[in-house]
Amino acid sequence: MEMEVSKILGYCNSRRLAVVPQGGNTGLVGGSVPVFDEVIINVGSMNKIIAFDKVQKEAAKLVEMFQLMQVVCAFSVMALFMGMYLAVLTNGDVLDMVGTLRKDNTGYDLKHLFIGSEGSLGIVTKVSILTPPKLSSVNIAFLACEDYPSCQKLLSEAKRKLGEVLSAFEFLDSHAMDLVLNHLEGVRNPLPSSAHNFYVLIETTGSDESYDREKLEAFLLRSMEAGLIADGVLAQDINQASSFWQIREGIPEALMRAGPVYKYDLSIPVEKMYNLVEEMRVRLGQSANVVGYGHLGDGNLHLNISAPRYDDTILAQIEPYVYEWTSKHRGSISAEHGLGLMKANKIFYSKSHETVQLMASIKKLLDPNGILNPYKVLPHSLCSYS
Amino acid sequence: MKIMVAIKRVVDYAVKIRVKTDKSGVETQNVKMSMNPFCEIALEEALRIKQSGLASEVVAVSMGSTQCVDTLRTGLAMGADRGIHVESTAALYPLTVAKLLKALVEVEKPGLLILGKQAIDDDCNQTGQMVAGLLGWPQGTFASKVLLDKEKQVATVDREVDGGLETLCLNLPAVITTDLRLNQPRYATLPNIMKAKSKVVKKYTPQDLNVEVKSDLEVVEVTEPPKRKAGVVVSSVDELIDKLQNEARVI
Repeated sequence: MEMEVSKILGYCNSRRLAVVPQGGNTGLVGGSVPVFDEVIINVGSMNKIIAFDKVQKEAAKLVEMFQLMQVVCAFSVMALFMGMYLAVLTNGDVLDMVGTLRKDNTGYDLKHLFIGSEGSLGIVTKVSILTPPKLSSVNIAFLACEDYPSCQKLLSEAKRKLGEVLSAFEFLDSHAMDLVLNHLEGVRNPLPSSAHNFYVLIETTGSDESYDREKLEAFLLRSMEAGLIADGVLAQDINQASSFWQIREGIPEALMRAGPVYKYDLSIPVEKMYNLVEEMRVRLGQSANVVGYGHLGDGNLHLNISAPRYDDTILAQIEPYVYEWTSKHRGSISAEHGLGLMKANKIFYSKSHETVQLMASIKKLLDPNGILNPYKVLPHSLCSYS
Repeated sequence: MKIMVAIKRVVDYAVKIRVKTDKSGVETQNVKMSMNPFCEIALEEALRIKQSGLASEVVAVSMGSTQCVDTLRTGLAMGADRGIHVESTAALYPLTVAKLLKALVEVEKPGLLILGKQAIDDDCNQTGQMVAGLLGWPQGTFASKVLLDKEKQVATVDREVDGGLETLCLNLPAVITTDLRLNQPRYATLPNIMKAKSKVVKKYTPQDLNVEVKSDLEVVEVTEPPKRKAGVVVSSVDELIDKLQNEARVI
């Protein structure tokens, strides 16, 4: 398979034909969208498991880059899940970094260069992924908090008290909750007795059901006594657990159904994260619904602005303010979505000129003719080729 | 009036069932166990009746291994007032369960016994009917609506039957078994989980209740249903019509 990709890239490079690698097309920033006359290389059918090591639980799998990005996003522990892999370069060279060693500190770790490069440095044709065994005991609580500082305190308490079993800590505000309840069918409010400002979903994953459950229950009851949690429910079966997850995971769909939406995926230090949502609410007033939710455990905020229509005056209220704010607080303007086409020119909000210059040099070295996914990732000013 | 509710611990509804390699049953080791969904509905209905002021106490009963207490705790966290656990390591079939329930009814003297219409593990759909028979009580099975009249001491039960609804009027005490659309069970809230910790679960053995655990049934073999055959991709509408006509013979 990699030889076919190699031939295609070699040919396109010699003829200076631009290419766009495509996979699941689930990107949110236009990373897999051809802009002018690029050749699309779709690697969607490279989805076979080549080998599976039951002892080490490492699977070498043919997966393309964007699917891989999704895997990474889903687990947010990039280094753990990434094995070595095989990448094809523009000159047709096949770079074999596939190996199943957990530790290998010989020379530069080049695979990290390809992670998150959005197909701009090479095309990944084979990966080895570390797959921890699925643990049998999963517990999920859906909680209400009255203010953002309580959510934060709950997070640091959860890290301290649930450390080894804590597998997700998600938050959503009441605006997100209302959207889901109003726009998705079959979703019910687990805490209907009164309205709350924030909701937190905590998931624990472990190997001992009764031990994990007792631990989580004790933690929740203590947090409730301490006033961090206003109310909460604990899933008693898998059906209830998935209905709690459905609320959190249904937010993007509910937003789509509500109408036009401006989406921002930001990494911001946890203590300041929600200030941005509140500031945006003040800036936009009645003109749009500002919704905040995300992976609090990772400091990742999904800021979504739901508007009655796409409108330049609304956009002018949002950008560049959101980027400047994020930059000022040393955050990242793209936590897990990449930069793609839409945010390539915004890279300086999160990376210094020197850093971006070095990235451009690497790009030039690996892709001297600039044929790989052009106009993406790096700012257009640095990517002009003669 | 007191309401007694039977709840069964079963393999979770969302778990993919695996048959044991020796075909003696389904795998329950390291598998998530939960309350039978129809029993959840039965308990919810009892709690609603209590909330409406028509009952004073809800007693949840479960039978089987020690872990049944976990399922009872779920019931107590939903709002049941106390629990009864009949401990038995032997397999319990509907007739035995019905006899045990009858013995407990004689101890507790509830005005209403509510059960799920069936358990999702064995799909027997027998226990409610059998216990009504043993007690000589009227029964309203597959209830999709329950109304109680405290004055007249009757329960009105809507049943989903083929072709429509049947409405029955039962004199109390009575047995009701619940269908899927009767209600939507509540979640266990943290304050209620906290309260449940101090609620009492009383333990009995079948011997205490003078019931001999035996069965006239023997499970000969448990096998998986046949695997679904893979479909085919047809290349044209003509081929599709040809296959529908000549192979499937549906048009």
